[in-house]
Amino acid sequence: MQLAYYPGCTIKVSAREHERAALAILRELGIALREMPEWNCCGVVHTLTGENLIRQMAPLRVLARLRQQGEREAVTLCDMCFNTLARANHLARTQPDQVSALNATSGGGLDYDGAGEVLHLLHLLRDRVGLAAIRKRVRRPLRDLVVYPYYGCKLLRPTGIGLDDPEMPTLLRDLMESLGATVVEGSLQTQCCGAYLAVDRAGLVTERVGATVEQARDAGAGAIVLSCPLCHFNFATLQPHAGAPLPVLYYTQAIGLAFGLDPAELGLDDRQMEALGRAVPSQALHDLAHARGGSA
Amino acid sequence: MTIAIGANGQSGALLRRVEALSGQRLAQCYQCGTCAAGCPFATAMDVLPDRLIRHLLFDMPGVLEREAFWVCVGCELCAQRCPRGIDVPRVMEALRLIALRTRGDQLPVAQITAVALENLPPIALVASLRRQTG
Ligand code: SF4
Ligand code: SF4
Repeated sequence: MQLAYYPGCTIKVSAREHERAALAILRELGIALREMPEWNCCGVVHTLTGENLIRQMAPLRVLARLRQQGEREAVTLCDMCFNTLARANHLARTQPDQVSALNATSGGGLDYDGAGEVLHLLHLLRDRVGLAAIRKRVRRPLRDLVVYPYYGCKLLRPTGIGLDDPEMPTLLRDLMESLGATVVEGSLQTQCCGAYLAVDRAGLVTERVGATVEQARDAGAGAIVLSCPLCHFNFATLQPHAGAPLPVLYYTQAIGLAFGLDPAELGLDDRQMEALGRAVPSQALHDLAHARGGSA
Repeated sequence: MTIAIGANGQSGALLRRVEALSGQRLAQCYQCGTCAAGCPFATAMDVLPDRLIRHLLFDMPGVLEREAFWVCVGCELCAQRCPRGIDVPRVMEALRLIALRTRGDQLPVAQITAVALENLPPIALVASLRRQTG
């Protein structure tokens, strides 16, 4: 299976390890992603007023390009790109006059028929590959790893765009259980981490991340598993901690570890693997933490 | 339905502008406080979302000088839960837009340090700029 791929800016700057891990696990599952030959920033946040059409230009240009490149579907790894592109797509389908108005200002560069489709990688894994196929590929079950899946906002809200039930999601739990991990959960899994407040109100992010990590630790978690590159940044860099911080993994990295892939190929360095090993002092994970050189 | 309670002899112009921009009818709000109860950032807001709506409805002065709508990140938890179907983040965005157009940029871009620019993910910077600059 081959699919067009829209990376977005952050995947190419501060979340390269998520991309590496995604490409590695997809290779194992027989799927190749073809990066769009030309793409631009999605705009990151969906504009919420009806009088700011210019802010729809960035995501609509991505969708128009996809069609011009002869594709119908594009996969993205970033929750914010996914949310923004999917909502612009919804706008294009429900209010095509708005796209025409924008297109008229840009010399036809935004000619978009609304027939594109934006897939989150988690859609692909859950709905096309299927958790059964993922389970079958597991070589090193994450038996002793206790994870707290964190969803945040953009995977779940608003209804109609989100991938799962906004109040009681199970997607990441099901995925982690298919890898053999133990899952613990709590009420803060679906609450915002503070997102871009990291820029000018970082204290609020630290407070939210701290509360969530505390809930995860109290439930016995040895790691947080999440999807969004902005959540990852906030949990990894703004996490308050007295001792060692709670390790933060992309779900792609967790899948890669369970597939027995080389941690280096998943963008996990020795320091992170040691932290994971400390979080799970059992032999299985100790072995995992010292795995070098690929499949077992 | 229209509501015509105006404090301070004001005209309700801000309420009408917010309703037009957000597409929300604020008189639908029955002040249950569900939005404020669930908001992860309520403690950092100088006026809670339900009260902000009340201030708009009653044409209270000083709404545009509030911090609350800059603190709101549009996580949409409250929109998900509002029993009256009010999309509070749209109301917040309308207030940000009006404030940006009347008072100028909120984010002091020049004060973001070089280290922060180096480390912050692009999605954080672009989102912050999109929400806090005109
Ligand atoms: S949840 Fe809805 S109805 Fe209740 S106070 Fe908030 S906006 Fe009003
Ligand atoms: S959308 Fe804004 S007001 Fe509503 S819960 Fe989130 S941060 Fe609070």
